[in-house]
Amino acid sequence: MMKSKADEEEYWNSSKYKAFTFDDEDDEFSRLKESKQAVNSIRRLVEEDDDEEDVEKISWSGEPVGSISWSVNETAASNQRTDREPAFPKINTDTSTTSKSQSGYSLSSLFKGKTKGGNFQQFTDSLTDSSLRLYAPELRKPKSEYKDYISDWSPEETVQRMQHGKVVSLEKFRSLQDKLLLLDFSVSANDGNVITAVLIYLKRTLSKEVLFRELQSRQTALRHLICYLRESRDHRLLQELFRALGRTEDEALLKYKEHLSIADENKRRDFLKTCLSLPFSPEDLALVQDHYTLLERQIIIEATDRQAERGGKLPTKTMPILNMSLITTLYYCCFYHYSEAKNTFSSPLNVRQTFKVSRGGVTARNWLGFTKKKSPLSFQRVVDVLQKNSAPTQVLQDYVALVDDAELRITLAQKHKCHDIVINTYRDLKDRQQLLVYRGKVETGSAEERRIDELLTNQQIRWKN
Amino acid sequence: MAHSARRDCPELPDFSLLKTLARDHLIYLLEQLPGKKDLFIEPDLMSPLDRIANVSILKQHEVDKLYKVEYKPVISTSDQLCFLIRPRLQTVKWICDVANADKAAGKCRRYKIIFTPKKFYSCDAVLEEQGIIGDVTTDEWSFYLLPLDDDIISLELPEFFRDNFLAGDQRWVKTAGSALHLIHSLYGPFTKIYGIGRCSKMAYESWREQVAEGEQRAQKAEIGKVFLIDRDVDFVTPLCSQVVYEGLVDDIFRIKCGCVEFGPEVTSSDKSMKVMLNSRDKVFNEIRNEHFSNVFGFLSQKARNLQTAYDKRRGMDIKQMKTFVSEEFKGLKQEHRLLSLHIGASESIMKQKTKQDFQELLKTEHSLLEGFEIRESISFIEEHINRRVSMLESLRLLCLLSITENGLLPKDFRSLKTQFLQSYGVDHLLTFANLRQLGLLVEQQPGEMLTVMESKVGKLVNDKTAGKLTDAFSSLARKSHFRALSRKLNLVPRSDEEYDLRVPRDMAYIFSGAYVPLSCKLVEQVLDRDGWTGLEEVTKLLNGHEFAVTGNKGADSKAKSDAQRIVLVMFLGGCTFSEISALRFLGREKGFRFIVVTTAITNSSRILESLLDNHV
Repeated sequence: MMKSKADEEEYWNSSKYKAFTFDDEDDEFSRLKESKQAVNSIRRLVEEDDDEEDVEKISWSGEPVGSISWSVNETAASNQRTDREPAFPKINTDTSTTSKSQSGYSLSSLFKGKTKGGNFQQFTDSLTDSSLRLYAPELRKPKSEYKDYISDWSPEETVQRMQHGKVVSLEKFRSLQDKLLLLDFSVSANDGNVITAVLIYLKRTLSKEVLFRELQSRQTALRHLICYLRESRDHRLLQELFRALGRTEDEALLKYKEHLSIADENKRRDFLKTCLSLPFSPEDLALVQDHYTLLERQIIIEATDRQAERGGKLPTKTMPILNMSLITTLYYCCFYHYSEAKNTFSSPLNVRQTFKVSRGGVTARNWLGFTKKKSPLSFQRVVDVLQKNSAPTQVLQDYVALVDDAELRITLAQKHKCHDIVINTYRDLKDRQQLLVYRGKVETGSAEERRIDELLTNQQIRWKN
Repeated sequence: MAHSARRDCPELPDFSLLKTLARDHLIYLLEQLPGKKDLFIEPDLMSPLDRIANVSILKQHEVDKLYKVEYKPVISTSDQLCFLIRPRLQTVKWICDVANADKAAGKCRRYKIIFTPKKFYSCDAVLEEQGIIGDVTTDEWSFYLLPLDDDIISLELPEFFRDNFLAGDQRWVKTAGSALHLIHSLYGPFTKIYGIGRCSKMAYESWREQVAEGEQRAQKAEIGKVFLIDRDVDFVTPLCSQVVYEGLVDDIFRIKCGCVEFGPEVTSSDKSMKVMLNSRDKVFNEIRNEHFSNVFGFLSQKARNLQTAYDKRRGMDIKQMKTFVSEEFKGLKQEHRLLSLHIGASESIMKQKTKQDFQELLKTEHSLLEGFEIRESISFIEEHINRRVSMLESLRLLCLLSITENGLLPKDFRSLKTQFLQSYGVDHLLTFANLRQLGLLVEQQPGEMLTVMESKVGKLVNDKTAGKLTDAFSSLARKSHFRALSRKLNLVPRSDEEYDLRVPRDMAYIFSGAYVPLSCKLVEQVLDRDGWTGLEEVTKLLNGHEFAVTGNKGADSKAKSDAQRIVLVMFLGGCTFSEISALRFLGREKGFRFIVVTTAITNSSRILESLLDNHV
């Protein structure tokens, strides 16, 4: 194919039929272009053109794979050709009849009358023989005559030609029936590229109402259109499509997604506010509401803190807050506004209450405002997290004390130097020996040592050892 | 290392030809644009291109400067611009903008777009809309397959997964068919093809049509059997933590196109280092398929051997020393270098994994696979989310929970979703919508219990649930029947038995003996039975779309040749290194050699990242 391509080029440059190449300097082509629309004009006519003796090869050489195969033939010395290799049977790829056909694909049924003849044979015949043999030489004819030919192709043939990347004209398919035939054949050919090409044509030549209506019963085609609209960022039409199909959630999400491309936080907030009227499910709506409220809050905090920072009332911030998640925001508030009164926007407690954080159990990360000291996280983890974030010792101590398992509590308390907890735990365990050992570990003359001594001399305690 | 491999495994075909072909074709295309030109390359084509051609080859063909496609204004001064891109509308649109900006500035240049592996109609539509057909010429670079190793070939199309399975766009079906056709024309003819999945079926059809239209050279077949499988047949396997060495390296350092970049923490220097990971790395080749727990032992043994070899030089005279240096020393040094790299990598892996409670994480995964202690697993996942350990890991566990449990109870679903969004941002509403559409993370529908009952009885279940799901979301989501499948195929070995990871007894070793990968189990079963007979209940649970076909000529006469034991497994939508390890193990056990062809190497992070929608 590479070779033939080179030949083509030569051919075109030396002939008067340049009109059909894609060469830029080509005037005739541009005229052709004007009269045709996207999908129709994009076929490479050049591929049709080859030496007479190569006509039979055309259907094959139009393929990209063919080009590599061709060069294999060049590189590899053995160039023997034989007749076709074992023809594999056609299988049903109709995806709508999932379950009906599934057992039918066992070995035996696949071979039933399909090895020779049948659809498969017909298909090849029509392709390699009749259509190409018939039309390929005609392509050399002047444009006007050539046009007559392409307009003779049926929807099925047209789709087949498109699959092979050949020139087609879709313009002549004007009746709805023809357009839908075109679409249905492209869907049954399983070639997404062709399906999309047909859809682009349909989108241009049918009203939205009719197109959307027809796609309702054609899910595969519908998915391709959605994909195409997404890729070409035609969100307006996509929005309308979802609405027409009654896919309200998709519609709402698509609109909501737009906030991601709004950089200015005030505009983003305002946009999120408009999202509250979108047809979300009640649960999702609550979440979007949270999103809006959170950003609104973040903007206020950011403004206040920037000012405080400039006035030297806050240390220079290293943590960003805008567009952060709720938990990160809570972190931020704990970090910079740890001891603020509950009625300020930036008080962690206030944030927590506004967004009802506790319901999910996130409370554990926040060392403020526990009402019930209960957490779905193990307190061991909480301590871990607190320590990593250099929480005050007193806070750490409170949490270590909450660890249920005594052994674990002691290990943690020792690690974080929460002497009181170690001492209290040994006391509760009535473990005199361990308490004695621990006495050696605390500083001499410290308050801890005095407490241990007090306990050891306490007559009330019944030591187990 | 410790495997009792069968000796009679056939030799693999030589796939380097694929590279030569791709390179030759690229050169041909560059020659079509004579004169100096600047080449703009799509970022995700750079690594694949590196494996095929180097800069000097490009320079030889008058490529002047190389640029990355970055959607920014072009600063090139060349009067010929060539773009090597994937057929994506965004990129084509950018090229149009470049051309139109030049026009406006009165600059006159030639533009050429080379699409790979092929151009789509929609790209042409953009060119026309933007009014630059005629200013721009286009071409196609038939670069379908990149051999990553002796037995791994990749299409390098990670977007195949999202396009096909999430969006239901079949644009790549023909590409898959063409890739298979290329292999067939070089290493075929195939005698037998098995497959499962909608996309596999379509790819098979596309391949068959291309074969019917083309001609096959008479040649001795090097590959006899082919197995096609859709990624959505088995989501559990790629979502599990990988614990064989190569998989772990991929999970942690991300292997890109067969190459990994080890940072300073691995190289124990201040520089990063790019390392090719394939069978030519002798150290890597011996540990890549090993469970991680064996790797340290192996590496330290290897280090001792190396020490002994070095020590030999003591007491040598000058002449002996000379021979030693000229003959052995280089090899030893090379081995030394590799060894220290992989030891460094192993240490780094250990460090990272212990930091994030890997043991507990694995325990949770195993519980999910077995279906035990689900409440505990949910608490673990909650904790994971609330601590913001890792967004992708949280998502991965949620999906595993959903697939293995056939969806989450509405109460759990809502609570976990809310917690997730509070931790990682409400933007992920979009991600959740995607996961639901794909069936990876779903809420159990009321009345689902009935269907679970039905699945035991068999019948009806497919029509009903498939119908229900498509109605609900008009998506391609498929029901997971993991528990039932796991029972039927015995995927989860009994946990009370000891599993010696040093001497693996089945493919479950790739997941510490806890789970046999479903995808590979299907390959094993179908090859054993030479088809799907006897697996009817399994295929029903997998939503059908299975097939097994034979070429109608010459199948019998060739049946005994070596080629029949070379099996190509093509994963549509990606496969993981763990699956490749499992297949290598299976091959050794059964005397097969497997060649893995995949649309891309994947893992849990890549799958989930492709579904994230919290960005523009």
